[in-house]
Formats: sequence, C-alpha cells, structure tokens
Amino acid sequence: MSIKVSGITKTYGDFVALDDVSVDLPTGQLTALLGPSGGGKSTLLRIIAGLETADGGTVTIEGTEATHLPPQKRNVGFVFQHYAAFKHMSVARNVAFGLEIRKRPKDEIRRRVDELLELVHLSQFADRLPAQLSGGQRQRMALARALAVEPTVLLLDEPFGALDAKVRKELREWLRRLHDEVQVTTVFVTHDQEEALEVADEIVVINEGRVEQVGTPDQLYDAPANDFVMSFLGPTTEIDGVLYRPHDIEVFTHPGIAGSIPARIVRELRVGFEVRLTVELLDAAHEEITVTVTRAHQRSLGLRSDLDVWLAPTHGAVVPIMEPVETATA
Amino acid sequence: MARDLSSSAVAREPLGVRIGLRVVTIGYVVMLVGWPTTLVFKNAFGDGLSSVSDALTDPAVTSALQLTATISVIAVLINLVFGVGISLLLVRYEFWGKRVLSTLIDVPLSISPVVVGLALLLVYNGNDGWFGPTLEKLGFQIIFATPGMVMATVFVALPLVIREVVPVLQEIGDDQEQAARSLGASGIQTFRRITLPGIKWALVYGVVLSLASSLGEFGAVKIVSSNVSGETQTATLLVQAKYEGFEQTTAYSVAAVLAFAAMACLVIVSILRPKEQSS
Repeated sequence: MSIKVSGITKTYGDFVALDDVSVDLPTGQLTALLGPSGGGKSTLLRIIAGLETADGGTVTIEGTEATHLPPQKRNVGFVFQHYAAFKHMSVARNVAFGLEIRKRPKDEIRRRVDELLELVHLSQFADRLPAQLSGGQRQRMALARALAVEPTVLLLDEPFGALDAKVRKELREWLRRLHDEVQVTTVFVTHDQEEALEVADEIVVINEGRVEQVGTPDQLYDAPANDFVMSFLGPTTEIDGVLYRPHDIEVFTHPGIAGSIPARIVRELRVGFEVRLTVELLDAAHEEITVTVTRAHQRSLGLRSDLDVWLAPTHGAVVPIMEPVETATA
Repeated sequence: MARDLSSSAVAREPLGVRIGLRVVTIGYVVMLVGWPTTLVFKNAFGDGLSSVSDALTDPAVTSALQLTATISVIAVLINLVFGVGISLLLVRYEFWGKRVLSTLIDVPLSISPVVVGLALLLVYNGNDGWFGPTLEKLGFQIIFATPGMVMATVFVALPLVIREVVPVLQEIGDDQEQAARSLGASGIQTFRRITLPGIKWALVYGVVLSLASSLGEFGAVKIVSSNVSGETQTATLLVQAKYEGFEQTTAYSVAAVLAFAAMACLVIVSILRPKEQSS
C-alpha cells in the first residue's frame, strides 16, 4: 500500500470535514477522490500532503509514518486548482524550483527541466512568465514542477477545475497517458464523476466527511453501494423507492409485458442523440419520473407527449446493492 | 441607446461642470500644497546660493541632518523587519486577539505624535518611568537620547509598511507558499524565494513612505529629545529652533532640504508604481 490513511478526523469549529476516514491507496495507480463540494475530499488530500494537520488518525506514505512530518519532508508533489505558479519566475525556473532547493548540480537541473518541459509540451515556453501562459499550459507547468522532484506520490487538487470544458477534457486524457508513462502513484480530487470514471483506476467516493465506497469505475457504476453513490455517478430516477438509470428503463407502447407499469408521457426534451422523457406513472401517487431513450428509438416507437406507455426496468438494470432489499421489506 | 449607455457617466458631465471641478481641485492643491512649498524653496534661495551653502555647512545643521538621517534609517529598518513580521502574522495566521492587534497598529495614524512622545516619556524616563530607572542603571539612556527618538519615529511610522504589505499578501494568497513547501522548501527558503519577491514592490513603497515620514517626524521626537544643538537636535527640531531664533535662511534652507528629500521619495515611488502594475 502506497498511501495508508487510517482514522483521520478533521473538524473546523462545529463543521466535521472528515469523520474517521480510513482508506488505502495502492502504489502506481491513479486514484480519484470523488464527491460533492465541501464533502471533505480536498481536506483529505491536503492532510496527505501535510498542508493541513488532522485532529486524529495517521497517514503512512510508502511505509513511512508521515502524520507529523512537515510537507517538505513528505516527498509529495502537489498540484493546486489555481496552479499556484511562482509568478516572478520563468516556466523553466518554476519547474527547477524543487531541484534547486535540493541543491542538485546545475547541468543536472537543466537536463531534467528540459526533459520535463518536453513531457508536458512546454519546451518552447521555457523562458516565459506564467502570466503569459493559458490556464491549461500553466497547469501542465505546475505538473512538471511537481514531477521534477520525483515525488513518491503525486497529489492533484481539482487540477482541471478552473479550466474551460474543452481544455479540461483534453488535459484529463493527457493526464491518463502521462500517468501510464510516468507510473507515479497519483491521487486527484474531483467533483466531476465523468472525469473520475474516465481517468481513474480506482475511485474513492467521499461525502459528508465519510468514505461511501471504494472501487474501480466499473464496480462503482455497476454495483453502487448506496443511493448516494448511484446518484452521484450519473442521473437517476426513482420507481417504487428504487433508483434506476433513466436509460435502464424500457418503454413499450403496448401492455402485457410482465411487471410493466402503465404511464403517460408528459414532456419530451431532445438533447443531441438522446431524448429525455418526463413520464407520469398512472398509479395512486402519480409520480413523475425521467426516462431516456435514443432519438432513433423515440422515432421508431412514435413517442410523444400525452401518449400512454408501459415501463419496465431493462433486464440487468443497475440498482444500488443495498436498496432493493431494504425497500422490499418496507 | 446601447452606445449611449456604454460611454462613461463622467465623460457625459456638461463641459462647464468638468472645467469647474478641475479649477476647484487644482486651485485647492495649489493654495494648500504647491504654493506654500514653493515659497519655502524661494525663501531658502532668496539670499543667494552662497548663504544656503553657508547655512548647510554650519556644524549644528550638518549634525542635525546627520542625526535625522541616522534616526530615519534605523527606524525604517526596524519598521521593515517588524512590519513584514507583523504583516505575515496578520495575514497567514489565526490567533486570539488578532483583531485587537490589527486595530492597535492603526493607532499611530490616529493618535497625535505629541501623545506618542508623552507616552514614551512616561514609560522610559530616567526618574520615575516604568523601565527608565532600571535601564539607566544598566547604562542605557532612552529618553533625551537617540534610542528614545528612534522609538518615537518607529512608533509614528509603524503602520506604513504594514498597511502596504498586508493587502498584497492577502491578494497573492498562500498557494505559492504551500506549493514551495510541498516542493521541499523550508519556511525560510519559502519566505526568501517566494513570499519576499511577491511583496517586493509593496515593501519598497512602504519603506519609501516610512522614510519620508521619519525624516519629517517632529511632534513625538520633540517630546523625547533634549533638543541640544549638535547632540540631540534633529533637522525638524533645528528648523523650529532656528526659525524662532531669527535665523530665517538657515531655517528655510534646512526645510528645503527636508522637503526635497520627501519629494525625492515620492518621485521614486511614482516611478516604481507602473512597474508594479505591469509585472
């Protein structure tokens, strides 16, 4: 285990940021700490880095007890949401910072900086100031700077949060490739489930200061431990107290399918290839739920407002592991 | 319509109002600052250059100017070190009594320098002050000597560095410092390589302001100085003494030197300012 966090607790006044959190982050992997804002994931990352001290619990990095080590002794690379570029230094000097602090020989520093700038595609910007770079370039510089000191672990705090959607997407693909190249144990914080699902080997879902679930993206998506994890990883809709994915509900224009529920389409909203149908269940409660079908499917069935339909969860539909049992008895 | 809305409100003031405002502002500054200051120089040089150079080579004058320079430099250095320290404390740390400290720092701005002088006198005088007699037994004279005058000057100029540095520290935040720490820099290395370059211009500006204010300090120094010519008489005290002693040329000449030094400070600041913005 590369990073072992056990029993970490952190409070700010009355607010409990982390409540007895224990988690193991394996060596060489790319792990995402995923959760809503204010859920404690950034605090956990900062405690691992030593930028914040926990009220209780321990942090072990590669077998070294690090709970009380100052950040400069932990050998971690940290990348901040807002880059934290050293504004008065050129890109090359920024990257060289950690090596200069470690008093490495000058030619070694130059060689290493050149290598890293090559790696993050910033070679031609070596002499610029950070202010002359775009957000994405600044963040790549910050990454090179963090990697320069050959950290045991690389920690990224919402690294793409301040970038626009397109750059964010490019950078996270790039981060994935970079990680495959560099193979350093990496932990990144995000509130974007798509980012976590796309980039991470393993995801730790954190909410209200607790770990909700740990697993691979597939495990989390296919077998969410509870309603929270399920609804955080994607859109959900509820039938009889059970959460379903809106695309895991099949729509029929005729009755007679075993277990199907009569309903009526209230609204339709077309977004690109998919159509989001708001459907009113024709039961006592008259709940409205959302069902997503493809544009082609909608056309072939002639789905439109005020049409009576019958709904049934797709065979193999994903539901939270715990919930069906509980609701069945309720 | 949209074009009308986009033009600034100021530009749309009637011509008469704009010209009127300018005349009032310029007139105000000229009558209050420009003209009187010019007259100081005019009076200093009224009897010709030789009388100015005579006045400025008088041993009492050179000693006063030297004393003022010494006190100002020491006071600025002290305020520089403690100003940076207190600013870091105020911005980067949370502690009990922080708001009280922040308010106390502004006291010198609002309190009369004469009161500052009296307060120092009460604590450090050699007869019945709190620390004075003990210190004097140990061989340190504070009141009626250079240390007292330095303290008075430090007190009066205390907020100037801090009030320049604090907003800049707040603005740059501690991200860069944390990044430096995570890259292996110790506290001192982080301060020297990251914090200091970040607040460099604020420091320069604060130092220049402190220097200008220290050179001209009068009220507080007047109380704690014995005002002995050639020993504890600073330039401002000398100006007053000479003026009252009907040595007008000397008084005006030294006043002109002080005014020139203060103006030089301001010019330096105005040259430095654009650099600060473009960086």
